[in-house]
Amino acid sequence: MYDVAIIGAGVTGSAIARYLSRYQVKACVIEREEDVCDGTSKANSAIVHAGFDAHPGSLKAKMNVRGSEMMEDLSKELDFPYDRNGSLVVATKDQDASLLDKLAEQGRENGVKDIRILDEKELKEMEPNLADDVVKALYAPTGAIVCPFNLTIALAENAADNGVEFFLNTTVEKVERDGDHYRIETDGKVIEAKAVVNAAGVYADAINNMVSAHKYHIIPRRGQYKLLDKTAGQHVRRTIFQLPSKMGKGVLVSPTVHGNLIVGPTAEDIDDKEGINTTSEGLDSLSRTAALSVKNVPLYEVITSFAGLRAHEEGGDFVLGEAEDAPNFFNALGIESPGLSSAPAIGEYLSDLVAEKLGLEKNPNFNGKRKGILDPSKLSMEERNELIKKNPAYGQIICRCEMITEGQILDAIHRTLGARSLDGVKRRTRAGMGRCQAGFCSPRTMEILEREVPMSAFDVTKTGGKSKLVIGYNKRV
Amino acid sequence: MKNYDLVIVGGGPAGLAAAISARDNGIQDILIIERDDRLGGILNQCIHNGFGLHTFKEELTGPEYAQRYIDQVLERGIDYKLNTMVMDISPDKKVTAMNREDGMFVIPAKAVILAMGCRERPRGALNIPGYRPAGIYSAGTAQRLVNIEGYMPGKKVVILGSGDIGLIMARRMTLEGAEVKVVAEIMPYSGGLKRNIVQCLDDFGIPLKLSHTVVDIEGKERVEAVTIAEVDDHMKPIPGTEERYECDTLLLSVGLLPENELSRQSGVELSRVHKGPVVNDALETNVEGIFACGNVLHVHDLVDFVSQEASQAGKNAAAYISHGEKKAKRVVKLNPVDGVRYTVPEFVRPEEMDDTVTVRFRVGAVYKNAAVCTYFGDKCVARRKKQIFAPGEMEQVILKKADLLADPDLKEITLKIEEA
Repeated sequence: MYDVAIIGAGVTGSAIARYLSRYQVKACVIEREEDVCDGTSKANSAIVHAGFDAHPGSLKAKMNVRGSEMMEDLSKELDFPYDRNGSLVVATKDQDASLLDKLAEQGRENGVKDIRILDEKELKEMEPNLADDVVKALYAPTGAIVCPFNLTIALAENAADNGVEFFLNTTVEKVERDGDHYRIETDGKVIEAKAVVNAAGVYADAINNMVSAHKYHIIPRRGQYKLLDKTAGQHVRRTIFQLPSKMGKGVLVSPTVHGNLIVGPTAEDIDDKEGINTTSEGLDSLSRTAALSVKNVPLYEVITSFAGLRAHEEGGDFVLGEAEDAPNFFNALGIESPGLSSAPAIGEYLSDLVAEKLGLEKNPNFNGKRKGILDPSKLSMEERNELIKKNPAYGQIICRCEMITEGQILDAIHRTLGARSLDGVKRRTRAGMGRCQAGFCSPRTMEILEREVPMSAFDVTKTGGKSKLVIGYNKRV
Repeated sequence: MKNYDLVIVGGGPAGLAAAISARDNGIQDILIIERDDRLGGILNQCIHNGFGLHTFKEELTGPEYAQRYIDQVLERGIDYKLNTMVMDISPDKKVTAMNREDGMFVIPAKAVILAMGCRERPRGALNIPGYRPAGIYSAGTAQRLVNIEGYMPGKKVVILGSGDIGLIMARRMTLEGAEVKVVAEIMPYSGGLKRNIVQCLDDFGIPLKLSHTVVDIEGKERVEAVTIAEVDDHMKPIPGTEERYECDTLLLSVGLLPENELSRQSGVELSRVHKGPVVNDALETNVEGIFACGNVLHVHDLVDFVSQEASQAGKNAAAYISHGEKKAKRVVKLNPVDGVRYTVPEFVRPEEMDDTVTVRFRVGAVYKNAAVCTYFGDKCVARRKKQIFAPGEMEQVILKKADLLADPDLKEITLKIEEA
């Protein structure tokens, strides 16, 4: 019997697991994919919002502002890439620029620090590539960018290192109250737990509706993105948002924490909770819309496009807390934007709620520190040579676009909750995330997985399940 | 680390030929740096024949062609390092590289030859919509899996792009027992060699659909189907022309890009058209003592021309090391217009150039019954007729030093395609 079973190993579930491990608890995380960070958490804007967007008093506003405050320290404790690059919401001359003042006011009410309005001159000195039509902006210096993969993976690893168990490749099929606890049927084992935390992303409504009469309805709201080569990464320094207009909510143009440029997202309500396909209309619209705020975006430098699904709940706010008619069943539901930004705050808030309800004691052995995968490019040549002498795998480049060494890939495979697929390696190390999009390193990374896990070449997948990379031998003579 | 006069970045056909030629022109201390575990570059996975017709007057496979050059490198005792990645080339030609044994090291070279080759354009660069499942490979990656690793990436295959590697892989996959359903090409003509279309598609009954592209990829985990559609003159898909193919694999052969990240770091100026360094008649870049050849300079159709070009680069680098930079007395610019997309080199130095200089280029469209014309100023000095010019085949004209010296006021040479 577990004290707590968390459903979903996205950024929300992983954050709850990590903060819950501050307590003495027997907890597990159940994840249908083969890896953590394999749903919405892997396909989003990678932004830590400052917190002026959400309505004052809403959970979104509270969690966002708190999460944004927590993120920098957390990035040091858990060693993931984070950069407080600041963000701008820009208005063009055809737009009602007074909306920016309202937004600023809302931000101040939410407790966002240091926001101010910039005039055209100041603005264009800051960001020379803003569109010529841009005349005014709201500047939020606390806006930031983060690596969503490493944030999620770091939270999960740290939770696991503090004793939380992870069941990957495990799909929840049924949750029911069984006396004083919950019985969770999966496609494999049955898991029993005193409390359940529902962090199932776009499926959180289905999980909630299994145990509560208060039904929720989550609409998958698709967002398509284009990611541009690092040669375009300096096109803007800050995250550039658009004021919502009759053209729609607008898209952002932002550097990523790894030096690429990201453009997106679209916002389309769809029916399919697996509909992470891009469309030609969606991709085309990004090019048009981006030009409203930023000029000359070098879209020919695109290296990949992708889509993610926001878990939009019809009520419009996060649903956080115990279901009124299902004791010890806690929801983290409707976690759409600013979900990534809010994750640490949601983790802290919900884990405290659960701990209080179950009467959990503090865990005296909790270690909140986690060391990420070493990035040798940050070392001096002497340090690097020391490292290679000790472990020659750090002298062998596997991914030539991102200059990722075999040593980093070995670390990704052998550490807590290690990578078991090409995408698992990619999200942890960036091998395959560069401009050739794994054309060169795929066969080499496959070989390393085969040798190190170890596993048959025919079981190596792109991202688990049936996503096998090779189907058999060629004709042998 | 030993000192080297000449560092050659890349041990493929370009790097090998450059090294041999530099040694034969008197340079002793040469180092070839190769990132893979053997010399020969991409030829190692090109196990089909058809290489070397120009150079050796016989048909060799890729590995056989490479071996002829590897043997010459070994005979000459030229140093090379395998599994070694060049991390940086500074403008003053300090080459930083890394491997397991030596760690990270710096070689101050007198001259550097860039011979890094090219890479394939990935799906992402094409904005192809759909899912991102397993089973989408660039043709070269699939070629490595099949020919080097011995694995089959799939059984039912659609190929987008009719570049040579795509055509070759259509045949290879068929011979290995897969069913290649169709090759779609967005342009109204193939980007590959005519002989490859005949030998790799026609001979196996594989349809080539020109002016077609992929408009959807289905399959959440592994590719399940691919939809192609005809495109209009602006390369936009025409609604109603969609055809859906059930398949487990999509191979992409949609263009090659010279791999010039290192060149850029060292301050080498790159062409916006052919994406390789801008060079003079000596194949020297704007950075003194840094030369370029092979597919890193511009993407070639035949390896024979890579070897020829690389020999020139090797010889010129040797001259530079022995005699230093010759200051150009004057520079004549080459001006590609009317169907000629670019030229390599971009300019020539009449007083310093060799007796002849081969100017290589590609055309921008298919031209039938046309001629390539060379103008000195506005005077047509040469005209070569050809039944067909196609973008898939590299073209060349040869400039004679004597002709250029005879025209002391010459500022610009124009190359263009005209009706015959």
